[in-house]
Amino acid sequence: MTNIPIESIGVVAQPRPGAPDNWRRFFSFSTDHKVIGIQYIVTSFIFFLIGGLFAMIMRGELITPDADLIDRTIYNALFTMHGSVMLFLWTFPVLVGLGNYLVPLMIGARDMAFPRLNAAAFWMVPVVGILMLSSFLVPGGPSQSGWWAYPPVSLQNPTGNLINGQVLWLLAVAISGVSSIMGAVNFVTTIAKMRAPGMTLFRMPVFVWTVLAAQLIQLYGLPALTAGAVMLLFDITLGTSFFNPDKGGNPVLYQHFFWFYSHPAVYVMVLPVFGIFSEIFPVYARKPLFGYRVVSVSAIVITIVSGVVWVHHMYASGTPGWMRMLFMFTTMCVAVPTGVKVFAWVATIWGGKLRLDTPMLFALGGLINFVFSGITGVMLASVPVDIHVNNTYFVVGHFHYVIYGAIVFGIYAAIYHWFPKMTGRMYYEGLGKLHFWLTFIGTQLNFLPMHPAGLMGMPRRVASYDPEFAFWNVLASLGGFLLGMSTLPFILNMVSSWIQGKPAPANPWRAIGLEWLVSSPPPVENFEEIPVVIAEPYGYGKNEPLIETKHSEELAEPA
Amino acid sequence: MNIRTVLTLAAAALLLAVISFWMGQQAYSWFPPQASAESKLVDDLFSFLVTLGSFIFLGVTGTILYSVLFQRAGKYDFSDGPPIEGNITLEVVWTAVPLVLVIWIAAYSYQIYDQMAVRGPMELVHLHLPMGMESAYAAPTEPDSAAVADPLEAIEVHAKQWSWVFRYPEQDVTSTELHLPVDRRVRLMLESEDVIHGFYIPAFRLKQDVIPNHVIDFEFTPIRTGKYRLRDSLYSGTYFAAMQTDVVVQSPEDYRQWLADAAAQTPTVAYNQAAFEYQRIIDKALIRGWKSIPPAPAPVVNYPGIGSRADEGLDSEK
Repeated sequence: MTNIPIESIGVVAQPRPGAPDNWRRFFSFSTDHKVIGIQYIVTSFIFFLIGGLFAMIMRGELITPDADLIDRTIYNALFTMHGSVMLFLWTFPVLVGLGNYLVPLMIGARDMAFPRLNAAAFWMVPVVGILMLSSFLVPGGPSQSGWWAYPPVSLQNPTGNLINGQVLWLLAVAISGVSSIMGAVNFVTTIAKMRAPGMTLFRMPVFVWTVLAAQLIQLYGLPALTAGAVMLLFDITLGTSFFNPDKGGNPVLYQHFFWFYSHPAVYVMVLPVFGIFSEIFPVYARKPLFGYRVVSVSAIVITIVSGVVWVHHMYASGTPGWMRMLFMFTTMCVAVPTGVKVFAWVATIWGGKLRLDTPMLFALGGLINFVFSGITGVMLASVPVDIHVNNTYFVVGHFHYVIYGAIVFGIYAAIYHWFPKMTGRMYYEGLGKLHFWLTFIGTQLNFLPMHPAGLMGMPRRVASYDPEFAFWNVLASLGGFLLGMSTLPFILNMVSSWIQGKPAPANPWRAIGLEWLVSSPPPVENFEEIPVVIAEPYGYGKNEPLIETKHSEELAEPA
Repeated sequence: MNIRTVLTLAAAALLLAVISFWMGQQAYSWFPPQASAESKLVDDLFSFLVTLGSFIFLGVTGTILYSVLFQRAGKYDFSDGPPIEGNITLEVVWTAVPLVLVIWIAAYSYQIYDQMAVRGPMELVHLHLPMGMESAYAAPTEPDSAAVADPLEAIEVHAKQWSWVFRYPEQDVTSTELHLPVDRRVRLMLESEDVIHGFYIPAFRLKQDVIPNHVIDFEFTPIRTGKYRLRDSLYSGTYFAAMQTDVVVQSPEDYRQWLADAAAQTPTVAYNQAAFEYQRIIDKALIRGWKSIPPAPAPVVNYPGIGSRADEGLDSEK
């Protein structure tokens, strides 16, 4: 750390937009992975708020059985845009942002393998967002075929215009896919090639393992989705008939293309969150991660198994019995490597010395939500049960427990945990705890009532419903509004802490990891001297150094 | 492990097992009435999954909660916990147990599925080939029921944006309400005239997508008289939510009587929620959303029913 004075002098001498202390670097075509990471996180959070607003309008419509608040077409457009924005513009990019920020720091690299590609991939995200939201302004409005865009509904074009919401949606999804593929190539190359000396595969933090596992899915899965999207685009614009039943096309074929990627896509989102849990539990329980190697390898097992489960979205479509049975079994198999992780986290926490700081609260809450959603997931995998609850609110409840309950909780945990590192400031613990409790209660209130509604037979995507479902929907709507409110303390906390929070030390959590050895925020190229790693991660309670200490004794201090 | 730990764990497991069993029994009440033979099978399977799931959920969260309550670090305790990095035996056990459970659940589900034998989508695989009637000879699911092995003549189900029409070919009766005799295996031919729809009767726990250009064979056995809802389950466009109707399960005599009465009636225009709403928007130039695909004209049928339970309390306007 003897270099810090020199570093800061250099910075002060050159005030330029890309300088590490200049806020304007966040609006530039910066190639610094840390800047790009924060760009991803902040941009996607804005889209999270937009998608959340859509959800709140929908919950407003659903608080009464009749379609009375908004027109049915508007409701249909809102659920389409809610799903699309939340997936393509919030969950994917925010996790890419966290990966971008953390992976090079965690493996001891100065940047990603392809910094310009990285910046280009990020700047496609606002393009996707503008394209998607601009569809509100074209005649006919945004796509109203849901985020699955199943033909023939997605092929129906009431206005007859060539530029319609569905076409814009497909273009946005295709660009988002290109951006994700660029990111995936970058991540995989970085992890394969840029690790510091001594950072062998089994010395990588689990977060790096899970990012690798997730990005490998992007590489094998996205081509299928992109192909499906392009064929659908041709069907709409050029009049081809890949999926158009009127001309002999097969609409079910699209469902295969779509789910071949879009189910594994769930693992693209949840795997990095598994990584976040694996990073956070050891720090706040002061114990090594239980079964580190098994947890790491199980991420790769999930990558492989998730490639052969997609038909479970199509049990009720025209799938033959043997296919239903085969995919039932493969889908349930996902529960094995996932269960291993859950047990490992519980064993990590067990007997530790817990500190319930905000990141730990969110990680624990996320874990509990995830266990619940995993159990309903196995129920859904069972064909006879799924034939009843498929396309009902049971499924909506299930995947919101996954995506909000587990993934968003994990993202919040990560943002709080690494906020001091990213900004050099401490956040306010009280506001953080308030945020956690509002979010946790809101999640249960919003998504738990969806399960009984679904079991009673309430279909998803409905703008109106029979009065017998009203009770559960009122609860869910109240929960939805509470979740909307829960973001306010978070925003207040983040903005005010960043401006005037207490300066953060290099390692406020006494955590072990390369990112905690550098200053907060880290210098431009992360490591003045590339560290030599000599130990596995998570050496809590072992008093052994993580890296070689030939240049400075201080570096070993956190262990 | 000393004897005290073993006993504590055993007591905790027993308590969890009792609570889980109770949850599994509760699960039956989370469903609509069991109106088909298939629904009993599905509910049994679901109850089993709830029992198992409750045990796992309570076990995991209980452990976490215990840690959170009793294993906190003191305010000034900055020491680390014990550096336990793993335990091979434990890891093997908690990999093997889920694997066994998963195989068990899959096998049980397969068995249930086999007994249901709804065999809907075979037509998609063997396009337009006359299929054997294997499932008709499937083991009777309800030994006490009077289910006759031979299903009824196939009732045609026509789905279109956004109405259901049912045609009974022998009597040439059309209806917007699906009438079925109780305790008979019934056979439906599902057809869609435009987009993919989903044929879903929650009280029967049955669902099948209806795919354009394909005739899908679907079989089941209603076992309880009464009126139930039939809903479109696969999003089909603007008025998707309004595409609902009633299923009426009747005693065989009532069913035959209904068919005879309906056959005597001249076809009339049935009430159709989608067509009604669409027309209202055009007539009154209401504030509306974006342009929609126009609904198909309200169906003309022998038996227009008493109208779908109108979403907006518009029954009087029929």
